[in-house]
Amino acid sequence: MVSKLKASVAALALSATAALAASHSEPLSGDLVIFSDMSNPAPRAVMEGMVERFGEMHPDLNIELTVIDREAYKTQIRNFLSANPPDVANWYAANRMKPYVDAGLFMDISDMWEGQIGEELASTKGAMTLDGKQWGVPYTYYQWGVYYRKDLYDQYGLEEPQDWETFKSNCQTLLDNDIKCFTIGTKFLWTAAGWFDYLNMRTNGYDFHAALTGGEIAWTDDRVKQTFANWRELIDMGAYIDNHTAYSWQEALPFMLNGEAAAYLMGNFAVAPMREGGLTDDQLDFYQFPAINPDVELAEDAPTDTFHIPAGAQNVGAAKAFLEFVVSADNQTLINNGENLGQLPVNSNSSVDADKFLEQGFEMLSSNSPGGVAQFFDRDAPAEMAKVAMEGFQEFMVRPDNIDRILERLERARQRIY
Amino acid sequence: MTHATLPDTHADRGGRRGWWRRNQIAVSPWLFLAPGVLFFALYVIFPIFQSFNVSLYRWDGLGEPTFIGMENYDELRYDPAFYTSLRNNVIWLLLYLLAIPGGLFIALFLNQTVTGIRLYKSLFFFPFVISQVVVGLVFTWFYDPTFGLLNTMLAWVGLGPINVLGDPTYVTYGIIAAGLWPQTAYCMILYLTGLNAVNPEQIEAGRLDGARGWRMLWYIVLPQLKPATFIAFVVTIIGALRSFDLISIMTNGGPFGESRVLSFYMFEVALSEYGFRMGYGAAIAVVLFLIMLCFIAYFLWSMYREEKAR
Repeated sequence: MVSKLKASVAALALSATAALAASHSEPLSGDLVIFSDMSNPAPRAVMEGMVERFGEMHPDLNIELTVIDREAYKTQIRNFLSANPPDVANWYAANRMKPYVDAGLFMDISDMWEGQIGEELASTKGAMTLDGKQWGVPYTYYQWGVYYRKDLYDQYGLEEPQDWETFKSNCQTLLDNDIKCFTIGTKFLWTAAGWFDYLNMRTNGYDFHAALTGGEIAWTDDRVKQTFANWRELIDMGAYIDNHTAYSWQEALPFMLNGEAAAYLMGNFAVAPMREGGLTDDQLDFYQFPAINPDVELAEDAPTDTFHIPAGAQNVGAAKAFLEFVVSADNQTLINNGENLGQLPVNSNSSVDADKFLEQGFEMLSSNSPGGVAQFFDRDAPAEMAKVAMEGFQEFMVRPDNIDRILERLERARQRIY
Repeated sequence: MTHATLPDTHADRGGRRGWWRRNQIAVSPWLFLAPGVLFFALYVIFPIFQSFNVSLYRWDGLGEPTFIGMENYDELRYDPAFYTSLRNNVIWLLLYLLAIPGGLFIALFLNQTVTGIRLYKSLFFFPFVISQVVVGLVFTWFYDPTFGLLNTMLAWVGLGPINVLGDPTYVTYGIIAAGLWPQTAYCMILYLTGLNAVNPEQIEAGRLDGARGWRMLWYIVLPQLKPATFIAFVVTIIGALRSFDLISIMTNGGPFGESRVLSFYMFEVALSEYGFRMGYGAAIAVVLFLIMLCFIAYFLWSMYREEKAR
């Protein structure tokens, strides 16, 4: 009886692994502890689904998944990484990893990046690299760009702008018809950083932007001032909704849904609430932020979310197997489709779901972003600099006359932080 | 003292027991106090000195702290955000005191016998019972520049919309107004209990001497409410200094940091998403502690004086 049971369990394990053609042959056992920040409903379901499928592949493995509220996670990660490290943890790419890499809390997994995985994930290798080593794997990313009300644009005979002049003249037409060009909610600051990223990358190019967020260029530089001068043109036109300091990004959505504002510079995650708010795909469309300075190549923001193995992980073998599973082409296709995350897969062998916005975003990032791909201001710049700068952006949007004082403050912060 | 009257015959019995006998009265209060003293020292006194210590380091909470002496304090001196927070703290302290007269007048108004007065009293006390987070949310909606009740009402009298929480000029006052709502209720309940203890004979005597209205309130009632006023003052000052949840909920310190107070700034610098400068946060905490120390010393001194006068 006992031997029969054992045999059947082994057979089950064998068939499961064989059926799923897993890239690792030895069965995994023990506990795998995963801490995740995928707490919103859709990401949560994705995370739970991945754990379930991975668990089916490795029946002897006991997986403990803890989902922590996304905002709370940002502060809790410091505690659990040093006090009670799980085997796998979520985080973000680029400079956001730096404090944990510097403190030796993330495990160097460069060995995983050698070979097939490295080729398939080549597009994000740079964002996962610090000190010449890789510290995690990406599982999803998404494009930023201008989401606009196509019906309003059509009504006033406007086209998707390709250059800065059209961008502004479109805006003027909308303003003449009592419609704000852009909705935005700057209560939590980062939305303003999206605007700064794009204006600076279009004015001065990706390399300049990377150097600025890397602390190599003074904030009082004339080129930075040119970025703000361009921004000011929009502010002085009254392009943004009034009172944006009082709103979060979600609270700024109704202006677009009601047709009081025509467009939103946002990440692709804004599409879902806009659809839920009643906008059909005929009403809602997307365009790439247009060129400002024709001499610089277009570059985009595409924040990447990641998985890491903490340095204190107990079950490293299982953790690496899980990471391999997460980035595999099939899983990437599945978790990023419209029914799940609704974002872009990172693996180059994955396919993008048939969704108008995902297709446009994928097209844009793969073929029309020659300058490079940035993460996002608060992931590219160190956290402290990001905080001071984003406060400055918000102040600038309300009181553009303070620009010199703001830039001096940012410059002082830069000299202290880097 | 008891041990002085003990018969001599017991004095030469076993030394240990004898010592206990002789010193029992003197020692037992300390034994009873010991757990409290121990935990107070461990969780209150010790961390105070620890913050003093941390404030001399540059430390991100993860790596090795580096000793930098007074550099954090030096930076505070040139930090405009620190002065904004300090100024807001002063505004909070001053305006929050409005809860005391506010509470007093509501208490006087409610201190009468009408059918259902208990219901009215509990309704007035209600805002203190609900969580500060809820108060913050309610007022955030109330102030909303587009859909909020405040601006709808202002529109009736033809006044333009005010973006209370998004405008650096109004934001602190807007949050204080939200904070006063529960705080007034708290002071009211303190005064209501105080009013129960007012001596009716003195009121009678005052009335015979021709005191009424304001004179009655000022010379007869208020002096008897002095203990209640003292407590109301203490809780209001402390409430103003630890105003944190409302700011966090309503504005998150914004717009561009104009509604921060010291406690919130400390949190932001040391513990928030973009923070983790433990040393600098500790330096702010030390400044806040020194401000609080002035009030604490005053409270302790006045309590000591009162004890002595008894």
